[in-house]
Amino acid sequence: MKPIALTGALALLAAPAFAETVNGLRTVNEFAAIADETERSTALFEEMFAVISHPRCLNCHPVDNIPRQGDDLALHNPPVVRGDGGMGAPGMRCSTCHGPENVAYTTGAGSIPGHVPWHLAPIETGWIGLTPAEVCAQLKDPERNGGRTLAELHEHNAEDGLVGWGWEPGAGREPAPGTQEIFGELTQAWIDTGAACPAA
Amino acid sequence: MATFTVNGEERTVDVPEDTPLLWVLRDELRLTGTKFGCGVAQCGACTVMMDGTTRRSCVTPVSAVEGANITTIEGLDTPESQAVLAAWEALDVPQCGWCQSGQIVSASALLYEIPDPTDEDIDRAMAGNICRCATYQRIRQGIKDAAKALEA
Repeated sequence: MKPIALTGALALLAAPAFAETVNGLRTVNEFAAIADETERSTALFEEMFAVISHPRCLNCHPVDNIPRQGDDLALHNPPVVRGDGGMGAPGMRCSTCHGPENVAYTTGAGSIPGHVPWHLAPIETGWIGLTPAEVCAQLKDPERNGGRTLAELHEHNAEDGLVGWGWEPGAGREPAPGTQEIFGELTQAWIDTGAACPAA
Repeated sequence: MATFTVNGEERTVDVPEDTPLLWVLRDELRLTGTKFGCGVAQCGACTVMMDGTTRRSCVTPVSAVEGANITTIEGLDTPESQAVLAAWEALDVPQCGWCQSGQIVSASALLYEIPDPTDEDIDRAMAGNICRCATYQRIRQGIKDAAKALEA
């Protein structure tokens, strides 16, 4: 009996049959039980929205010309502006303070975030204040998603380094839910099921 | 260990790689014109030029400046900085003076990119340089006077 019990335990470890979340984000497998493909696609997008609506993502996707910071989407301090290419103003570019990687403060707790490049998302790709349905429609519209096909949108979500910073945000900041890998898998599954959008 | 150029001279320093550039400039190289204000990139007192753009040295680990070209207030010598210094002197811009090296570096960088800046350009470029004496009106006037001098 022992070997059978052991085999069963190993099977459970290898393929858990219970709800799986990683860092608060459900994996694609969790949506397999939704029989209707459009319903499944919508549910997948709503899970993606848990990432999209996280402050690590929203802070650099404003609908105006001011970046946000912190978990409360506070106006960026010092008061900086979008500038050309979302890189800040002459004399006060994003790179004046934000270097190639997160830097822990020497004088106290916390860190200043960094990545190359460091910039705002284009204004037409702004998300702050939008509903899930509005963001979903925007993501599928090349006029408002940076000119991307859905395949390129998947690549952005799954592989872009600045997107990936959301899960490696440095001391003093909560990472986005899940991992970039799972976010990419959710995006691919959403696309594969028709990229349906929620009603609201 | 890091090697980089400071004010035209190649320098090598043997410090832990996470040492802020500001510490290196002041404590290792004795270039004390660049000031410590907040340590968290909120005040601008530590501003230097790094490869042609402004950079807050308090949040710049020395590992990030390997091979870079750094210019501090001691080495800043461009038409723009000369015009800024002349205007600063004429207007007696500084009060306590602590923030002024950062102000002058940022103002010179602005004028290099925008020779005739509007009030909005000045506000945007100088927004990260805090002056506890609130000399902002003289700073603004100094930048405008420097722009006029550069145009002449």
